[in-house]
Amino acid sequence: MITEEIIAPRVPAPAPTYLNAGHTLRSWLCTLDHKRIGLLYLFTITFFFVIAAVAAALMRWELLTPQPDLVTPDFYNRMFTLHGVLMVWFFLIPSIPTVLGNFILPLMLGARDVAFPRLNLASWYIFVAGGLMALYAIVAGGVDTGWTFYTPYSSTYSNGYVMMMAAGVFVAGFSSIFTGLNFIVTIHQLRAPGLTWFRLPLFVWSLYATSLILVLATPVLAITLLLIGLERLCGVGVFDPKLGGDPLLFQHLFWFYSHPAVYIMILPGMGVVSETIACFSRKRVFGYHVVAIASLAIAALGFLVWGHHMFVSSQSVYAGVVFSLLSFLVSVPSAIKVFNWTATLHRGSISFDTPLLYALGFIGLFTIGGLTGVFLATLPVDVRMHDTYFVIAHFHYVMVGGMVMGYLGGIHYWWPKISGRLYHEWTARVSALIVFIGFNLTFFPQFILGYLGMPRRVHMYAPEFQTLNVLSSAGASILGIGYILPLVYLTWSFFHGPKVSSNPWDATGLEWQTDSPPPEHNFAQIPVVTAEPYNYPPLA
Amino acid sequence: MSRAPSLPSHFSTVEQRSVANHLGLWTFLATEILFFGGLFVCYTVYRIAYPAAFVAGSHHLNFWIGTINTGVLLTSSLFMALADRAVKRDRRTALRWCLLATWLLGAVFLGLKFYEYGEKYHEHLIPGPNFQLNGPWKPQIELFIFLYFTMTGLHAVHMIGGLTALAWLLWQNHRGRLSPEHPAPVEMVGLYWHFVDCVWVFLYPLLYLIIR
Repeated sequence: MITEEIIAPRVPAPAPTYLNAGHTLRSWLCTLDHKRIGLLYLFTITFFFVIAAVAAALMRWELLTPQPDLVTPDFYNRMFTLHGVLMVWFFLIPSIPTVLGNFILPLMLGARDVAFPRLNLASWYIFVAGGLMALYAIVAGGVDTGWTFYTPYSSTYSNGYVMMMAAGVFVAGFSSIFTGLNFIVTIHQLRAPGLTWFRLPLFVWSLYATSLILVLATPVLAITLLLIGLERLCGVGVFDPKLGGDPLLFQHLFWFYSHPAVYIMILPGMGVVSETIACFSRKRVFGYHVVAIASLAIAALGFLVWGHHMFVSSQSVYAGVVFSLLSFLVSVPSAIKVFNWTATLHRGSISFDTPLLYALGFIGLFTIGGLTGVFLATLPVDVRMHDTYFVIAHFHYVMVGGMVMGYLGGIHYWWPKISGRLYHEWTARVSALIVFIGFNLTFFPQFILGYLGMPRRVHMYAPEFQTLNVLSSAGASILGIGYILPLVYLTWSFFHGPKVSSNPWDATGLEWQTDSPPPEHNFAQIPVVTAEPYNYPPLA
Repeated sequence: MSRAPSLPSHFSTVEQRSVANHLGLWTFLATEILFFGGLFVCYTVYRIAYPAAFVAGSHHLNFWIGTINTGVLLTSSLFMALADRAVKRDRRTALRWCLLATWLLGAVFLGLKFYEYGEKYHEHLIPGPNFQLNGPWKPQIELFIFLYFTMTGLHAVHMIGGLTALAWLLWQNHRGRLSPEHPAPVEMVGLYWHFVDCVWVFLYPLLYLIIR
């Protein structure tokens, strides 16, 4: 994008940035600056990620041998519930939107902040409050329902701190809603002059689609969790068949939220991939308009497919057929994206920097995750695969292979903007490779295990599954190293890395036109946009 | 295009802020619709499953309180709309009386609502261990009454939020902070108030009128 020169007054002292605008704890905890709030979220979700990852490590450790020798069955149930709840609500859903979205979105729009900065800060406090409630539930004794809180595990036969955990998720939901609301209004109202809808970077489009889901789906989860609480409080049978209730109603309401929420956990990653592919192949994204609209199509279709989680419940078989068909339709916009990214790379001037490595990993792994999703959306296949490790492998390919790869890629891509410094490129490339290898070694064997019939959510298994389980656990330890490395070298870079110019990747996009790190109010003068995005010079 | 001195730096004009506030509130109302939507789904599912129990349950509600409350709430919405008109014509006294009338009618609604809740308490119709009812369909009727309490209770929580916002508006008006140039607070609270009103317009027939 070509913009007017930004004229900032020259000062001899070090340039004022959002980082040195205040050094007290209070200047961080009471900040209204979207960039600082993004960093507050970064620390918070990293914390939750570590706890949830430790739970996963314990599970993989237990599964090294077929016998139950490390933990009790009950403890194992609590571990996978903890892992699911924290990873979904306290890491994946907030990950890219609240960290990179908060930091980059206003910069991309040429805005000085999000539309409602106070609401933005409030969303972080609410998130922390929800997180503390969830942590209390874990420390006090944990929850064994699985992240889905299915009734009657969470109602009649509940034996953990289900209500505290559900209350934590309920509270954190408001933080999601506030973030989504803020992004929608920001994208509508705070675009720089000349930044029309079809000049928006694709990351903005994906965040817009994500925000629509956040505001429209989260309230349904809120009312569902509230109904469980009230059912238990009053002893009535909202979901209890003994008292006239219907446990399937819970599943319908839950998945009406949680399937769209699955797309909250992939769309922002797709946005990051679009940005990095364009930048590191020096080309306009192929079929920009279609990729933009595909994000909205995924968001819209996401609301119509929840029943594919319930094929083996007593849901009507006709409903199953319709849900199956609608689920197939999701693969159309998803495939459009994959094909268009590939076409963007085609004959591009590609440099294999770390963000692109993550993006390429995303494309490959998301494709596998997406295609196995088509298997699972097929009624007879799902009857066979339901509740096996095949499902586990499928959604980890999308959420970890897709979203976490996208998140790490985005962190690396925008790191010079966030910190004003560079990380060590080769260390980063090697650790991206370690993540890729570790990930595949962890989860590919699980496809085979699931196909062979190993059920999920059990702490012991038949001896013939051991080889594949050992492979998976070995992969998990490699993956763990791949996640620890960026934590170390990025922290080092934040304080000691070499300083960078405002646009180290030579990328388009308004976020690269302000200083690295940006000043407190982003732009001395609001830029004016006169061209479409990804306006890279033609390749020789 | 005007730029007020109090305008935060991320907005370039007062108009931009006003549109942003409106869009924000409409988005919030959309989340509210989905929130109540979950309850309406529950209601629909169980009404189709147990039509007889729902009719029997509806007989336990006080038709007249429900009807009077509908009138009270619609009238309060009328005064809210008049308040919106008053602020745009710069009539501070009229604005005060309209806001006061809206607030009082809202309070009357809540008073009648809680009186009705009290009736249920004396009839042992609060869902839970003390729920007492003879005859068939007991758990299903309890479910209906549970839905009645949940739906009207959440509605009442929203009313209390609205009354708080109205009290804040009265204070703002008292301090002279509302004007034809700055009507946004009245517009926003008004939109919210009308939304809460609309929810009741659905609750009233679904709960009280299914026996008629």
